Amino acid sequence: MKLRANLVIGGALFALAIAVGLLAPWLAHTDPVLDANLMNAEEPPSWTWWFGTDDQGRDIYSRVVYGARVSLTVGIVSQLINSVIGVALGLSAGYWGGWWDDVVNALTNLMLAIPSLIFALAIMAVLGPGLTSLLIALGLTNWSFTCRIARASALSLRNQGYVQAATVLGYGDFRIMITQLLPNMLGPIVVIGTLGMGSAVLSEAALSFLGLGVRPPFPSWGSMLSDARDQITTAPWLSVFPGLAIFLTVLGLNLLGDGLRDILDPQSRSRRT
Amino acid sequence: MTGAPLIEVEDLRIDLDDGSRRVAAAEGVSFRISRGETFGLVGESGCGKSITALALIGLLRPPLSIGAGVIRFDGKEIQHLSAARQRDLRGDRIAMIFQEPMTALNPVSPVGRQIAEMFVLHKGKSWREANRLAVEALASVRVPAPERRVNDYPHQLSGGMRQRVMIAIALACGPDLLIADEPTTALDVTVQAEIIELMRNLCAERGTAILMISHDLGLVANVCRRVAVMYAGRIVEERGSADIFRKPSHPYTQGLVDSLPRLGSRAALGRSRLKEIAGVVPAITSFPDGCRFNPRCVHATDICRTIVPETDLLEAGGLVRCHHHA
Repeated sequence: MKLRANLVIGGALFALAIAVGLLAPWLAHTDPVLDANLMNAEEPPSWTWWFGTDDQGRDIYSRVVYGARVSLTVGIVSQLINSVIGVALGLSAGYWGGWWDDVVNALTNLMLAIPSLIFALAIMAVLGPGLTSLLIALGLTNWSFTCRIARASALSLRNQGYVQAATVLGYGDFRIMITQLLPNMLGPIVVIGTLGMGSAVLSEAALSFLGLGVRPPFPSWGSMLSDARDQITTAPWLSVFPGLAIFLTVLGLNLLGDGLRDILDPQSRSRRT
Repeated sequence: MTGAPLIEVEDLRIDLDDGSRRVAAAEGVSFRISRGETFGLVGESGCGKSITALALIGLLRPPLSIGAGVIRFDGKEIQHLSAARQRDLRGDRIAMIFQEPMTALNPVSPVGRQIAEMFVLHKGKSWREANRLAVEALASVRVPAPERRVNDYPHQLSGGMRQRVMIAIALACGPDLLIADEPTTALDVTVQAEIIELMRNLCAERGTAILMISHDLGLVANVCRRVAVMYAGRIVEERGSADIFRKPSHPYTQGLVDSLPRLGSRAALGRSRLKEIAGVVPAITSFPDGCRFNPRCVHATDICRTIVPETDLLEAGGLVRCHHHA
């Protein structure tokens, strides 16, 4: 039953984060950017200001709610790009082998050798700050693990009886990859994908913290943390709440990945029913 | 032999490239199968029977390749067809079932979908139509409650059921030739009989020819009208299946037949030793000159050690490759 618990809690946390992002205009008490009022600057959390206010008197609660949009967009979209690149390269490399495998392997090793955040920083430096370049930078730099896993799965799966049977039954290469190999490796890919979403949320925070993410004054969890670091002793709520949001989202994604792995395996699915 | 042959193999040689040199893993392989006929290919492990089957469906992969010879299917040479054309043949007109029903089905896909995919792939049906046909196909291999079973995953089925599903997939598109490579080796004896019976009936109904590959001479002779015995990459004898037991011509076939225990014989009762063929099958890289069976053959003479015997026609019908055949 533990297996179910991580799926439910993880799914709930992730769904909550998505709901908050989608419903931000209705959930937020004030406009996250425009409603600055220096009269309310650095108010601690209270019934009026749930998460307190920052040095410009903006409502932290509203900013965290709007910040979910940036963090989740970056997490989901950039990881989707990573998964598609990683699976396409790894699956084809493992299945076809030969020179293509060598090329993909070299590329993967290259990506693994360079710390992805540094690589993303370099891309951001070329493209300039902003949401689109953030998506591109994070989407192009974290596919190596997915690629490795897809390649390893393809290598072991292509010798399975049913893959050979499919060849004998007249399936083409692409059909075999899509119908025979991909569904059988989906479990680990999805797990890696959700974990990757979590780390993309963290990377977004890191890049925004360094001032390369979403341009101020629009809020993102990372840039909020960045702004809050000067006041961490005087106004800890400025960093606690965005930090908590990041923590809960990443935790939720990791639990979700775990739980998904359990139900994506048809053997364990029927064992439970 | 009646009618034009469905498949005709002439002087096929399969090369094995081990990096430094090429050796013939099989050579001089010739046989023909008519429409609706059942033909057996028997031999020990490594005698070249399975690679011959792979050559027929164009799936030899390096280090194996076709060195020489012609494979004609339905009057057309198919050994040099492009990969895409060969793929169109596979599954549609030539189907194959394997030894291991445990692993030959995709574990994450319901069996009905796997059958339906054949109709989509080769017959261009819509998924809706294909799913309906899949239920029919499952019913035709006598799977009970097929409309419920189509949603089952392979691990929910027994070995026998899985092999039925494999047969349903293989016969889905109404192929002209079904290649069965040790189709029942992994199954219980009782299930084995059912599956063989099912396969034979379905193929007879639809006029599908069967090429059955096995090491089990008894099983093959039971199913097939004609049997070819392979030894060390060559077909040594080809006979009607009744004749091969009654009056085997090649010393190797004689040895095989003698080594089968017969119910009620002295050997089966434990009173005498079961006969065996002395020696072991030579390795692919060190086939002896002349007749490849000569080191193990009791009738071997000088000519056997130097000259490769030609295939002779037997008066009683059949072919044999031996200098001293009876």
